[in-house]
Amino acid sequence: MSRRPPQPELPISGAFPKPRRGLSPAQMWHAFSMLLTREVLRFGRIWVQTILPPMIMTSLYFIVFGHLIGPRVGKIEGVPYISFLVPGLILMSVITQSYANVVSSFYGAKFARHIEELLVSPMPHWLIVLGYLAGGVARGLAVGAAVTFVAVFFAKIQVHDFTALIFVMVLTSAVFSLGGMINAIYANSFDHISIVPTFVLTPLTYLGGVFYSIQMLPPFWQQVSLFNPILYIISGFRHAMLGISDVPVYSTYLILIAAIIVLYSFTLFLFHRGIGMRG
Amino acid sequence: MTFAVEIYRLKKTYAGGVEALKGIDLAIEPGDFFALLGPNGAGKSTTISILCSLVNKSEGVVKVFGHDLDTERNWVKMQIGVVPQEFNFNQFEPVEEVVINQGGFYGLTRQKARERSEILLKQLGLWDKRKTMSRQLSGGMKRRLMIARALVHEPRLLILDEPTAGVDIELRRGMWQFLSDINAAGTTIILTTHYLEEAEQLCRNIAIINEGRIIKHTNMRDLLGTVAQETFVLYCNQAIVSLPVIPAADARIIEPDVLEVDLVQGQSLSEVFEVLRGRGIEVVRMKNKTNRLEELFLKLVNQSNEASQ
Repeated sequence: MSRRPPQPELPISGAFPKPRRGLSPAQMWHAFSMLLTREVLRFGRIWVQTILPPMIMTSLYFIVFGHLIGPRVGKIEGVPYISFLVPGLILMSVITQSYANVVSSFYGAKFARHIEELLVSPMPHWLIVLGYLAGGVARGLAVGAAVTFVAVFFAKIQVHDFTALIFVMVLTSAVFSLGGMINAIYANSFDHISIVPTFVLTPLTYLGGVFYSIQMLPPFWQQVSLFNPILYIISGFRHAMLGISDVPVYSTYLILIAAIIVLYSFTLFLFHRGIGMRG
Repeated sequence: MTFAVEIYRLKKTYAGGVEALKGIDLAIEPGDFFALLGPNGAGKSTTISILCSLVNKSEGVVKVFGHDLDTERNWVKMQIGVVPQEFNFNQFEPVEEVVINQGGFYGLTRQKARERSEILLKQLGLWDKRKTMSRQLSGGMKRRLMIARALVHEPRLLILDEPTAGVDIELRRGMWQFLSDINAAGTTIILTTHYLEEAEQLCRNIAIINEGRIIKHTNMRDLLGTVAQETFVLYCNQAIVSLPVIPAADARIIEPDVLEVDLVQGQSLSEVFEVLRGRGIEVVRMKNKTNRLEELFLKLVNQSNEASQ
C-alpha cells in the first residue's frame, strides 16, 4: 500500500550522532599523490609547451648576453658575466614556470568545470591547495633541472652550497605556485591569467638582478631595488651557486618562508569562502 | 529513523539578490529512488549543488545519513556520488584516468581505483573506450562516463541531475535498468529530470519544486492516483463506421480503425470493450495516451504560479 513519505522534523538538540571525520591520513596520502600525479602527467604530456620553451629561451640568453655581450662586460663581483647569469636565468625559469603551471591548470579546471571533481570530493581544502602547489613545484624543479642542463653547454656550473640551492629552488617554486593559484582563483577569463605574469612578474624578475648586480646601480635605484622581493630570492640563489649576494642570505629565507605562510593562508581563506569557485 | 537526506528550511540567495530557495523542507528515506522535479529555474540544481558542496547555502540545515553538512562536510562528501547536468570532467584525459583520478580523490589506492574503474566501465559499456580521450566520446558515452565516475567510491547516495539529457531512447532505457539495479542493491538515488516518463518509471517518491518552494512532496503512486482523466487509444480489428455511444465517456474516431476514449477516474475500460464487442469490434491493442505525471506536473506548477501571483 502506498503511503506519503515521512516529513522532516526539526532536529532535537543532543540527538545528533557522534561527529565523523572525512579521509584518514592514509586516504589523504592517496588523494594527494593522485592529484600530484595528475598534475605531473599534465605538464609532462605537453612538454613541448612546458619544458622546451624555457630551455630554448635560456640558450638564447646565453648566446646573446653571455657569449656576444658578456666578454665586453667583463667580470661582476669577481665572476665572469656568463657565470654570473646562470643562477638568475635558472631561477627566472623556475619562477615563471611554477607560476604558469598552477595558474593555467587551476584556471583551466575552473573554466572546464572539472574543478568540481575536487570540490565534491572529501579532500580537505588544505590538501587540494597542497596538491596544486606540489604540481607547481614539480614543474619548477623539472624546468630548473632542464635549464641547468642547458647552462652546462655555455658556462662552468659552480655550486657553493647544494642544500641551499635545492632549498631556495623548492621554496621559490612554492611561493610562485601559490601566487599562480590566487591569480587563477580570481581570474574570470584567460586574459586575467596573463595580466600578472606580464605586468608584474616579468618586470620584477628582470629588475631583480638576473642580469646585473644592484651594486652597479646609482644609490637611489639601489634603494628602490631593495623593495623588490625577487631581488632577495635571486641573490640567495646566486649565493648558493657562486657564493656572492647583493643582500644578506638570511633575508632570502625569511622572505620565502613568510611569503609561503601568507599566500598559503590566503589561498585557504579563498577556498573556505568559495571565492571564484562556489556560488 | 535516520534519513538519507534531511533538509530543513533551506534558503539560498545568490549575490545579486536572486532568491533561489525560499526555505524548503525535504526528507528522503535510505534506499529510496526519489524524483526532484520542477520547471527550469525552480531551484532543483541549487538544492543539489548545496548537497554536493558546490554552492554555499544561505540558511537552513542539511543532513546526510544523520550527519550535518556544516560540521561533518568531508564525511558527508564521502557518502555522495554526483552526476551533474553538464559535462565537468577533464576532456583532455583518457576515459579510464577520469574515473581512476576521482577514485583517488575519495581516498582509494590507485590499484583499488583501477579495479573499480574496470568494473564500472565494463558495466556501462565503455571498457573498449578506456584509452580514448574523453573529449572524443559521444554525448551518451560522456553521460555514462560521469555515472561511472560518480560510482567509483561506492557512494551510499547517488545524485543524478538530468542524467539522460540528450541520450537516445535505447541508451536511456539501458541506463534506467542500470540505475534500477544500483538502487536495488541499496544505493539511495535522487533524480532530477525533464523526462517525466523517466521519473514515473523509476521513482517511488517525488517532490515538485517551483519558484524555490516545495509544492508537492509525496509518494509517486498517490500522486498518480489523483489524475482525474486519462485518454486511451484503441486499435481495432476493423473500421468503425459510426461513433459508439459509451456511457459517461467521450470517444472520437481518429483513424478509420482507431478510437480515442477519455475516461474519468474510477471508470473501467471493460465498459468500452463491451460496447465495441456488441458491434462485433475487437480491440487488437491499446495504449494510454496521457502522460499522467506530465499532466499533474503542469497542473501543480500552474496552480503554484497562480497562487503566487
